[in-house]
Amino acid sequence: MKLRVLYFARLRERFGVAEESLDFAGATAAELVASLQARGGVWAEELAAGRAFRVAINQDIVALDAPLPDHAEVAIFPPVTGG
Amino acid sequence: MKILVQTEAFDLGAEVAAMSQGRTDIGAIASFVGLARDLNEGSGVSAMTLEHYPGMTEKALAALVDEANARWPLLDVTVIHRVGRLLPGDPIVLVAVASPHRGEAFAACEFIMDYLKTQAPFWKKEETPEGERWVEARASDDAAAARWNAP
Repeated sequence: MKLRVLYFARLRERFGVAEESLDFAGATAAELVASLQARGGVWAEELAAGRAFRVAINQDIVALDAPLPDHAEVAIFPPVTGG
Repeated sequence: MKILVQTEAFDLGAEVAAMSQGRTDIGAIASFVGLARDLNEGSGVSAMTLEHYPGMTEKALAALVDEANARWPLLDVTVIHRVGRLLPGDPIVLVAVASPHRGEAFAACEFIMDYLKTQAPFWKKEETPEGERWVEARASDDAAAARWNAP
């Protein structure tokens, strides 16, 4: 499936990318995170188990077992700190 | 209901006046303004930059105002959150809630702020003498939001 993946704040800076288009064969947010971890380096470090990050699918924060719809907008970001 | 994400400053007095203008059913307006501080985690903060997720931010703020409306009989809600670079003393966020009586206005105002802190996609980066740093989320903010889920 085609995905548009966005990164924000500290993760955007560490990954050095704000947005990318991916052709992804998996089905869930967890599988996407695992495939990004497999890139190694800062990806493996920031997305390791136990690290705090959030995943949103089509602009709603979801649990990692959430299914990915085709053409989804997926965002991965640190816990929010507004207000 | 008014929800704005903007770089410009806001005027609390003008926002509160606009809520009650032309109506006489409002008995209470509770408001909160959050300001940029010059000290955090033991370091001086000379400025901060607020980043957000355009699109999701407005949607998340609308969702938490909807949730407040479902919990209390509110007459109007205004939420304004600034983004971009802010200096100590600058206002960051405004929440104002109008209702027939004070109890629900106080409660809903606090509820909206507590949820905003944990649900709305904003991130703060501070400028300190030691360099720039991203603000870390606080467990106390999660606890503040979680208490609204208690039965």
